[in-house]
Amino acid sequence: MVVGIVVTITCIFIGRLVQLQLIEGELKVKASDLTESRTIINPSRGLILDRHNEVLVGSEAVYDLVVTPRHLRNLDTTACAIWAGISREDLEAALKKARRFSRYKPSAVRRRIEPAEHARMAAVLYKYSGFELWRKPIRSHRYRVATHLIGEFAEASADDLKRDREYDRHYRMGDYLGKTGLEAIYERELRGVKGRRSVVVDARNRVRQVGVAASVDRAAEDGQDLTTTLDLKLQQHAELLLAGKAGSVVAIEPATGEVLAIVSAPFYDPNLMLGASRGAAYDSLLHDSKKPLFNRAIRATYRPGSIFKLMQGAIALDEGVISPGTQLACDRSLIGCHGPHTMDDLSGAVIHSCNPYFYQVMQRTINKRSTGNHFTTAARGLDHWKERIEAFGFGTKLGNRLRGTAAGNIPDASYYDKVYGQRHWDFGTIYSIAIGEGELLATPLQMANLAATLANRGWYREPHFVKDIGGRGAPTGAGVRFETGIAPRHFVPIIDGMQNVVEQQGGTGWRARIPGVQVCGKTGTVQNDPLLDHSVFIAFAPRDNPQIALSVYVESSGAGGEWAAPIASLLIQGHLTGAVDSLKQARYLGAVPPMPDSQLAIEQPTETAQQP
Amino acid sequence: MSTRRKNISAHIDWTLLGLFALLAAIGWLNLVSAATGPDTAVNWSLESMHGRQLIWLGLSTVITLLILKIEGEFFIRTTWINYALTTALLAAVLVVGRKVGGARSWFGFGGFGIQPSEFAKFGAAMGLAWWLAFTKGLHDLRSIIGSLAIIGLPVGLILLQPDAGTVLVFVGFIFALYREGMSGFVLVAGFTALVMLVFTIITGATTVNYPWIGPWSGILRFLLATGAVFTAGIFLGRSMTRPRHRRKLTRNLVLWAVAALTFSAVLHTTMAEVLKPHQRDRIHVLFGIEVDNPGANYNIRHARIAIGSGGLTGRGWCEGPMTGFGFVPEQETDFIFCKWSEEWGFVGSALLVLLFAALIIRIFFIAERQRSAFTRIYAYNLGGLFFMHLLINVGMVLGLAPVIGIPLPMMSYGGSSVLAFSIMMAVLLRLDAERFSVLR
Repeated sequence: MVVGIVVTITCIFIGRLVQLQLIEGELKVKASDLTESRTIINPSRGLILDRHNEVLVGSEAVYDLVVTPRHLRNLDTTACAIWAGISREDLEAALKKARRFSRYKPSAVRRRIEPAEHARMAAVLYKYSGFELWRKPIRSHRYRVATHLIGEFAEASADDLKRDREYDRHYRMGDYLGKTGLEAIYERELRGVKGRRSVVVDARNRVRQVGVAASVDRAAEDGQDLTTTLDLKLQQHAELLLAGKAGSVVAIEPATGEVLAIVSAPFYDPNLMLGASRGAAYDSLLHDSKKPLFNRAIRATYRPGSIFKLMQGAIALDEGVISPGTQLACDRSLIGCHGPHTMDDLSGAVIHSCNPYFYQVMQRTINKRSTGNHFTTAARGLDHWKERIEAFGFGTKLGNRLRGTAAGNIPDASYYDKVYGQRHWDFGTIYSIAIGEGELLATPLQMANLAATLANRGWYREPHFVKDIGGRGAPTGAGVRFETGIAPRHFVPIIDGMQNVVEQQGGTGWRARIPGVQVCGKTGTVQNDPLLDHSVFIAFAPRDNPQIALSVYVESSGAGGEWAAPIASLLIQGHLTGAVDSLKQARYLGAVPPMPDSQLAIEQPTETAQQP
Repeated sequence: MSTRRKNISAHIDWTLLGLFALLAAIGWLNLVSAATGPDTAVNWSLESMHGRQLIWLGLSTVITLLILKIEGEFFIRTTWINYALTTALLAAVLVVGRKVGGARSWFGFGGFGIQPSEFAKFGAAMGLAWWLAFTKGLHDLRSIIGSLAIIGLPVGLILLQPDAGTVLVFVGFIFALYREGMSGFVLVAGFTALVMLVFTIITGATTVNYPWIGPWSGILRFLLATGAVFTAGIFLGRSMTRPRHRRKLTRNLVLWAVAALTFSAVLHTTMAEVLKPHQRDRIHVLFGIEVDNPGANYNIRHARIAIGSGGLTGRGWCEGPMTGFGFVPEQETDFIFCKWSEEWGFVGSALLVLLFAALIIRIFFIAERQRSAFTRIYAYNLGGLFFMHLLINVGMVLGLAPVIGIPLPMMSYGGSSVLAFSIMMAVLLRLDAERFSVLR
């Protein structure tokens, strides 16, 4: 009997061992959950540089406080809440949530702790078993420029993570990624490859063994550096001049299509969007009536105004409907005009921005292929005209390197058929597009590209923002050459006109004059009822072998010559000579165009709408 | 005769000694691993845990050899000195002992410590053997009272420390008592009490929605079922026994039922009303009942995971991360079986259990071949002690028995246990070797 008991117990024990060690595989999984842990080694993110290798965006760290519920011991929630800098209720709620999520995996208690506070917390971290401070690489914008172009680097959303799970499973909850701009487009290149290291931890979560699973271990690969086409000095200068205003500046190197500066104002300090202040900052930016988050340079579509006349002239010359010497009367019964002129050739019409001249020029272009019926002639002519305009990049998503690049609007026959009905419109209905008004819409980037096309006398390279990525040069397709199909000689009278816009006594762009530099420009004043007109200026310089072509668009400010031209000249001067007319700069620096509410208090603009 | 006595090695039970030595060797190697994490090299210094254990093993070997040289008669004659000495140590430890983990059970000598309760097992085993050999079995009140007193004195002193685990080991003497004529009544009563205890606690922790009464503890259902079982037993018993025995059987069963139900009711009331929640939790954990506090069954849960992670062949010597990296508390003492299981897997664990079983069965086998009643009873006592240690320790680690901290003989770290078991084993070997010289 005694032996029987011993044998029975032995059998029970061995049976139990069979159950635990041979049948229940779940225990093995639990054991590896407890003892094995995978450390992720974050690569450092690629830098973003300007064209002269100045670092625009570097990396910095913030910290997340995370808790692993399993390691919590004797937690004094009151003391811990004070230490963590949150309320006790928040702490308890976070702990509860963490427990519900997983007892073994860490969850965040507080995010984006600044380095200074991290130092304070790290000193007494040992008192709070179960808590860890995780380093999170974030961006540091050294010069706080080109916010819209560079874009936002922020925590991955649930949607981002979901998309990533189907893709390459790079991100974990709480990871950061490029959300907009270049940060988003070149995310894969910038982020690098995460390293992995499997470790064995002990009961206190200290790493005890490494390299236990060499097959899954790998070293981190740092992200690739991205060299933009931006010129830091020009970009800074442009932002300085646009501060306090709404509008945009786009500057292009005509020979290469490289964007030297791209500003959308109002802009914001990108460093505000990092760290702990992000939530509040984002909210206030989102609800700002001036829409600082909106990248006007590529997304805003404005009526281009009088700068459009330059293209009309070039196309008409190429179509052969006028010659440089063609004189047309300033017939103000056709369309309003301004200034003391009665009869102009092409250059003169550019200088005086003569509305009736370009009315007649476009009329001739449209009516060149007459069908005998003025309705169908207009439709046919307009469709042909649209093709010519699109060759300049208008009406297309020019470059289309950035998400949200707008195409603007170049109306064609079907567009007006929808508006007025087929055979219910002719040139007399749509003439306002002749002078860049009406249904035309264009982005500041397209306007700058027009300046570059004029500078090149008939061709442009697609505007782009990246000069080099990871040492492999520009991304494929960047800077492809496009032809307008217009011979260089047709641009000469127009460029003559542009030069005189700036240099001739009484030219509308006289404020853009720079001693010693031949600036070719054209002002535009875009009707913006009931507010003040938009001030537009496009220019390139110097006239021969142009180094810079740009567009300046200042919303609701006044005439083109008043605001946009002097800003453009300061930028050109700074870029070409390295010095600026400080007196002129002082006049426009921080000067805020009159606000609509205070319109009555300021001098009314002398020019009427749709002029210069 | 004299040649036989002198040539003692010819009669030593080498099987038992071999099993015991093998166990000691396995135990020591396992301790080396317990002192060495998977990330560290083995430290061969005598200062280390296994180094100290080696000293104890060396001392035990010397003492074993000495004991084998001494005539068995010496031990029989000095039984009471032994008993008095070990009991006196138990008394003394209550006064001058070191308090460790809430119990005053240690004498401290510098770095080493002595646990007198380990040696009290030897004293009690000898004392009981002497008494039952003297009274020629357990047949009258005197022999019962004497036996209870011999066991009761050290048990009482150990309870004062308090060390409930060690007390439970003394239950192992029931083998000898049963062998020497203990009534089956005690066993049946013990069995009934055990069944009632388990079911009372398990059903007491559940809630049942009764008609009319509403939600109440599931104990009521169990008590009704118990009553029904006894009632059925009475009717069944009546139909199966002769008429003249029926009255007595009915009376006995009714008394039995009343006693069982009273026991259950009192136990449940104690659980529900007297114990504090954390104490109740602890008892519930023992019985595998889910409790809200996840920390309550930390040890046993991790022990189970460590054993399970061993798989068929284990992780290898010194390679177990669960035990090596502190996930299993007390992995070098009470939970030493986890260490072995994690590193040697099912093969090793089953082998170890079989080794223990073989040792215990061999001891009982040796007991039955004795002519001397003293030696027989002593062997039974020793076998019982080994068995209880195995039952409680391995049962606990495997999650089959309550969490009660007692060492696994020759496996757990601790000098007193090794020394005491070695002495007990040596005395048995010597007494057994003299079995042919004993006159009936």
